[in-house]
Amino acid sequence: MNAPTAPFQTYITPPHPRALSNGKFKITASGVDVHYGEKHAIKNLSIDIPDRAVSAFIGPSGCGKSTFLRAINRMNDTIPGCRVTGDIEVDKHDIYDPKIDVVQLRAKVGMVFQKPNPFPKSIYENVAYGPRIHGLAKDKTELDQIVEQSLRKAGLWEEVKDRLAQPGTGLSGGQQQRLCIARAIAVNPEVILMDEPCSALDPIATAKIEELIDELRQNYCIVIVTHSMQQAARVSQLTAFFHLGTLVEYGDTDEMFTAPQEKRTQDYITGRFG
Amino acid sequence: MTEVRNELVAKRYAAERRFRFYGAAALTLTALFLAVLLIDVINKGLPAFHEHSVDIEVKVDAADIDPSNLPGGNYDKLVKEAFRAEFPSVTDRTGKKALTALLSTGGADRLREMVIADPAIIGKQVTVPVLLSADADLFLKSMSSDVTSVEGKATLHIARLEGDEGYVLTGDSTGEEAEKQLGIAPGELVRFAGGALRVTGVQNGYLKAEVVFAPDPAITALSPGQWSVLSFAIPESSRRISDQQALWLEQLKQDGRIENSFAWRFFESGDSREPELAGIRGALVGSLLTVAVAILLALPLGIAAAVYLEQFAPKNHWTDLIEVNINNLAAVPSIIFGLLGLAVFLNFFGLPRSAPVVGGLVLALLVLPTIIIASRAALKAVPPSITEAALGVGASKQQAVFQHVLPLALPGIMTGTILGLARAFGETAPLLMIGMVAFIADIPQGFTSAATVLPVQVFLWSDLPELAFRAKTAAAIMVLLVVLFALNAVAIYLRKRFERRW
Repeated sequence: MNAPTAPFQTYITPPHPRALSNGKFKITASGVDVHYGEKHAIKNLSIDIPDRAVSAFIGPSGCGKSTFLRAINRMNDTIPGCRVTGDIEVDKHDIYDPKIDVVQLRAKVGMVFQKPNPFPKSIYENVAYGPRIHGLAKDKTELDQIVEQSLRKAGLWEEVKDRLAQPGTGLSGGQQQRLCIARAIAVNPEVILMDEPCSALDPIATAKIEELIDELRQNYCIVIVTHSMQQAARVSQLTAFFHLGTLVEYGDTDEMFTAPQEKRTQDYITGRFG
Repeated sequence: MTEVRNELVAKRYAAERRFRFYGAAALTLTALFLAVLLIDVINKGLPAFHEHSVDIEVKVDAADIDPSNLPGGNYDKLVKEAFRAEFPSVTDRTGKKALTALLSTGGADRLREMVIADPAIIGKQVTVPVLLSADADLFLKSMSSDVTSVEGKATLHIARLEGDEGYVLTGDSTGEEAEKQLGIAPGELVRFAGGALRVTGVQNGYLKAEVVFAPDPAITALSPGQWSVLSFAIPESSRRISDQQALWLEQLKQDGRIENSFAWRFFESGDSREPELAGIRGALVGSLLTVAVAILLALPLGIAAAVYLEQFAPKNHWTDLIEVNINNLAAVPSIIFGLLGLAVFLNFFGLPRSAPVVGGLVLALLVLPTIIIASRAALKAVPPSITEAALGVGASKQQAVFQHVLPLALPGIMTGTILGLARAFGETAPLLMIGMVAFIADIPQGFTSAATVLPVQVFLWSDLPELAFRAKTAAAIMVLLVVLFALNAVAIYLRKRFERRW
């Protein structure tokens, strides 16, 4: 990995994070810079994210955590004037390699957005859309199976199994977000990126999503951006603290919240700024 | 301090009331203008939707019809002769001419149709409804002159003067002025069973009169109720219908021979020099063909351009320039597009003149900017979260656009397109430049046959001096408005039906 160069950068990875004891790194990034036109949003960032664990990105607004998250499945490509340099690898493959098919990448690295954004189609169609465009199902029965499994994994099946033909937009906010998670799961991804998935939800719906995230980590590498430190503490095994476009501190969640090594981390966690 | 504040509050409320009043006043004024316009058009146009015809007993003489060439038969002669035969008293040439002038030149068409439909009627007596001429029709619709008929209240004495001097009319007492006694003024017509006289002047207490229909010489006196006075608001010299013709028509009307029916002809025939035969079918078909070409070209091009500009094109100076110019294009006066059509499509490409295909091409250019702008607005209104959601599950940009964004934008695009279509439907100026302003009597058979369109037809008719065309003009405007309102209604329906809140 690159040695930290910028004066603000204190890239700290504990020698042996507990969360990593039985895993391997899924995503590795080194020397990543992201520019939005003139704005330098991410400065020389390096991080390793383990598989089968939940990593939380925290930090004040505008610190670049969402930007970095969107760089991992190249959603930033759609933003005009956005430039990503440096090296981001998923499973040791450089995702910014021109040979990489971005469509394949996004099938592998799924995403759940801040605001639930189901397609204005039926619940079934919402989940079936991904498998259909990727040709994951050979026939209707197989597709039905994928839809059911995905909805089950997202904990939504019991609630919607009788109204699959009804529009997804008719569900409640929490249900819509779980539908979006089901939609992301349906294409069989390996990584799920979640951009503040609970910010638009009430506490009960939030609790359900958090429970779901905890279950999903058995099978997926999950990266979640959150504004709630409690949420980070509840659902994640690793936490990364971003500030002003740099990664300030990254490590085991328990240690981070009890004994942060950086003063800025401590100030943020204890609510002195942010 | 409080007082000042109260004053301010009162001022604020006054300003608000004033503003509301201005708004309501503006709205009322607009509604008033619109109402006046509509009422005027409807008032003028409604008479064109019905027509008068006279039932004539025609003996279909085999001599005038060649059985091998049924359409070529001399039906005109048959109808005219049958009509003249009903007025045996009319023997002079001018009288006969005046009589047949009441019938439309196309009056015999019906008989031709009947014979072609059933040749067995040749040699038989049939009743044919024969269309009246526009002048006669207007008279019966009381549009050419106001006619008042007053029943005679006194006894009328008629005396024939020696030679060809005409008649003298008096009341009971010879001393008084006959004019006052009888209530007749010079220029008016005196009508009674078997004759009609026109009062020409007053002389020595008598009324002098000339013959319109020669009365029975035996009649010397008529008691009250047996005669009536007919007066016209417009003198005979300024009328298209003479007193004689007016009396014939009155006669036919009294006999119940005149039939007033809905003018299907107006929707079934093309343009004509004869007002009573002119219809809008040709213009309507021309309009449909033209607009069909325009929409078939402009819709796919417009949507494709909008999708590319909105979703795929890189945002740089070139696309900015294109965008500005599309907006400019929407503001170009339509006559310029006509000139372009003339120079490019007719002169350079040598496409046929007056053809719907050229009109459609020109109108396509005209509505293309409108469609592009409306489509871009509709595409922009689809929230980016939908695109993101599709991209997030691994859809390609194209899949995201065509499977998600475009279907959601389609109602908006359709609304814009229909409004553009309505504009194309009502456009006149560019079509004048490419020769769609010609007099075309035939109903266009295809995209390359000569045609005109509805608004141009209105323009053409409004230019004609005949009074009857005024009603036709207003009626054509009514049809045009109905089509445009229907298009707008569809646009509103689509907007309401597929309106989506995010």
